[in-house]
Amino acid sequence: MPIPVRDDPMVDYDPSSPQVMNAFYRRLFPYRPFFLWLNQDQIPAKLFTHREFAFTLAGDVYIRYNSFHNSDEFKKELIRLNPSRFEIGPQYSARPRDRKTLAAGALQPQRRELVFDIDMTDYDEIRTCCTDKKICKRCWGYIAAAVKVLDHALRETFGFKHLLWVYSGRRGIHCWISDPSALDLNDDQRKSLVTFLEVIKGGKEQAKKVNVRGSKDDSELHPVLNDALENLKMEFVKLVLHDQDCFATERGWEALLAILPQDRDVIGNLRRDWQSDPTKSSVDKWGDLQHAVGGLKKGNPLLFKKYERAMQDVILQYTYPRIDAEVSKHRNHLLKAPFCVHPGTGRVCVPVNPELVDEFDPDTVPTVGELLSELDRAAAAENGESGSQRRTEEYEQTSLKPYVEMFEKHVAAVLRDSRGIKRAAKQESMDF
Amino acid sequence: MFRPSTRHNLPSSSSNPSLEVKVNKRQSGIGATAGPSARYPYRLNFYETPPTLDITLEEFETFAIARLRVLSQIEALSHRSLPYAQLQGAITNYTKTHLNLSSNTARNVNLDEERRKDEIGHWVLRLSFCRSPDLRARFVRSEVSLFKNRFETDDVNERSSFLKSLEFDWQVVDENEKTRYERELKLCMWEKKDDAFRNESWFKVPWYTVPDLVGSRKVFVRAGMAYVPQSLQISLVLQTYASRLEKALELTAKNLPRLDEDERLGPVIDHLASSFLSGVASADYQSPDSASAQGVVTAEMVDDVARKHFPPCMRNLYDRLKRDHHLKHFGRLQLGLFLKGIGLPLDEAVVFWRRMYGATMSDDKFNKEYKYNIRHSYGQEGKRTNYPPKSCQQILTQNQPGTQDSHGCPFRHFSPDNLSAFLSSTYPQIDKGSMEMRDILDSVKSTHYHVACTRVFELTHGVKKGEGLGGNESVAHPNKWTDRSRELEREVLERIKKKEDSDEMVVDS
Repeated sequence: MPIPVRDDPMVDYDPSSPQVMNAFYRRLFPYRPFFLWLNQDQIPAKLFTHREFAFTLAGDVYIRYNSFHNSDEFKKELIRLNPSRFEIGPQYSARPRDRKTLAAGALQPQRRELVFDIDMTDYDEIRTCCTDKKICKRCWGYIAAAVKVLDHALRETFGFKHLLWVYSGRRGIHCWISDPSALDLNDDQRKSLVTFLEVIKGGKEQAKKVNVRGSKDDSELHPVLNDALENLKMEFVKLVLHDQDCFATERGWEALLAILPQDRDVIGNLRRDWQSDPTKSSVDKWGDLQHAVGGLKKGNPLLFKKYERAMQDVILQYTYPRIDAEVSKHRNHLLKAPFCVHPGTGRVCVPVNPELVDEFDPDTVPTVGELLSELDRAAAAENGESGSQRRTEEYEQTSLKPYVEMFEKHVAAVLRDSRGIKRAAKQESMDF
Repeated sequence: MFRPSTRHNLPSSSSNPSLEVKVNKRQSGIGATAGPSARYPYRLNFYETPPTLDITLEEFETFAIARLRVLSQIEALSHRSLPYAQLQGAITNYTKTHLNLSSNTARNVNLDEERRKDEIGHWVLRLSFCRSPDLRARFVRSEVSLFKNRFETDDVNERSSFLKSLEFDWQVVDENEKTRYERELKLCMWEKKDDAFRNESWFKVPWYTVPDLVGSRKVFVRAGMAYVPQSLQISLVLQTYASRLEKALELTAKNLPRLDEDERLGPVIDHLASSFLSGVASADYQSPDSASAQGVVTAEMVDDVARKHFPPCMRNLYDRLKRDHHLKHFGRLQLGLFLKGIGLPLDEAVVFWRRMYGATMSDDKFNKEYKYNIRHSYGQEGKRTNYPPKSCQQILTQNQPGTQDSHGCPFRHFSPDNLSAFLSSTYPQIDKGSMEMRDILDSVKSTHYHVACTRVFELTHGVKKGEGLGGNESVAHPNKWTDRSRELEREVLERIKKKEDSDEMVVDS
């Protein structure tokens, strides 16, 4: 049953209403590219048929271990169950839906995209504009900086090509890597990659969370971190000093002083200075610190070195990506699928272009309500004419179109590569 | 290449013929009992081809048991968090007495016999350890440590000729590339001198073949390739050994049911794996029987027990929970399993957690989202595993706390300032500026967290320094702290009671 055309096209559809979600799954969800993206082939392969899908239904009912023979079956079930969100797991050694008929331990995760999850909650202690579930264009700066660093490291250092960045619908971002070499990684390898990339570590009680210089805390940075640091210096000034003004409050600058080496003169002087002039900006305070440290160069080169390293670590602590490591380490970790609707905000989890991540504004991401209103309007306009061209997909009439196109382009590249590999394998087997 | 089936495999002519000749020449003077033979030219062995020789049933079992002893000893040692040198020393000593392998230059030793024993033991254990993923993983881990120990203690020349015989196809980084990445490669070196850089050579391998080196940022990585210096080659060797062994074990597992084996072997094979399991399981914490003197703890009692008997890590979690009415997942798990260990039954646990979350959480939310997890950790949901409380080892090394987490070990995961503040505010016996505090912080600095924790126990329980949990035992499990603490309390109570009794008697008479 189609959603009736409303008098007021701007009326907001409630994303928690089952009818709205049902309309979304029937009319807007891009099944074709979604299937190809997971399957990496036109014909349903194990990557799709042995893949776990987990649905969250109304009333927090959670159904795990669903799997589907093909895209059509998936679509039918999605519309039938009408979940508020759903998640994607790995390709298992057998069909997850047959789980109960298998011997214990026979259902093992095998292949899975390498995934990353960055969430704004991990930034709560260093953002000043919002807290908790809120996010604004300003704190998105942290995410943007993280995406740039991570994207660069994954491509240049680890040589991955097919990275899909997806807005998580509220205050975070996910990354899905579809390279065959990423799919094949086992848990140990994933863990080592994450440990390599993870720099911010330690719980609430750990003031200094960057410890990447060996046990004596005095070695040089690893070249990859060095690269990252070069890029982050600018972000630090722009984001932490100017925009967020992280060291403005007493709590802010005490946090900074706590991370630095505890030399009584340097720290004492700075604290006295800053206490006497509480209006001083973060830029000036950072300048004060640089000045104080510069003064050490001649008289106490060892301490100077120590402070220099510590200041690099401060930049890392305030701008380096804070990844949720557990998500990436295990193949069987579930992650919310792209193009889901966030149940809280109603926003669609759309792909994000990492090159334009600075311009991305979470507030402009279409919500399911807006999209359905757009469909209503398009239908109304069409009614005036004649229903001649019904061939096009419905999302093309909405602001979801550019995002689906971006996704399709990504999927095409993934398919091109996987086809090339398959052809090479075939060639080889024919040679024998 | 390596064909890991357990039978039907003839020994391939892998060993180098020229080497055999040389070996034979050396042998000719000494006789057949000394010097390496064609089958075992090296002390080290990748165990690529199964032995096809005749063995007696007795040898089949005794050789396997000898190796099993060594492996379970290695596993036990590796759980004890010893310093690296000490660990290796202990392994070397143990293997020397139980499964010695001498180098080619050794005199008066029957090399062939030693190596045959070593080989047969390995292959028999493969049969008994291939059955479950868990057993396979443990077998590979112990075997790799054993191989590593032997590799490191091997004669340098013999080692390099052994490596040559394996014919790895590692790509060597040429001079051009070396100069191009000079800055980056140097940054990853221990030795900062130019000389060292010029003399070093690098292999280029896909990064995922050396996960340990990547994880510890010891190598330069670019475009998916890790640049491994010669000096870290051992990591490559071990990784290859481990992955080949893993694959071989999986194949063996698949073929095992089809093995038309002699029915005399089956029981032996079964027995080996189960004795390995029972031998090492004692490292886990086994809570005293519920009928024991410790008795049951109810939800009301937790607060009292916490003040008197909780170790710092649990005290921290408990205090936080009391203050925030909330804990993140791993915090709940750590505290919840601990409470189970001290004797909080499931129904009391539900009451306890419901009360701690307080009014901020609706009943509905609690029942839906939290009750399941509590029941799960008591083995009443899902897989129905009755999880044991976490040991210090697990708390220290697994699930490192994220930025918002408060679980973990205070000694390891707090910064020194916060640790000393936490200790002095929690335990009035420990003063902030005192000698004892400095002692504790020093132990923490040298990463001897259990030493620091044991010291706190001694100070707070009026126990002599070095006495620990009784008999010099240091804290290795949060529940052991609590058990001992309650035991001490009981002793004190009994002594008082006795004294009262005797006082009364005096009065009476």
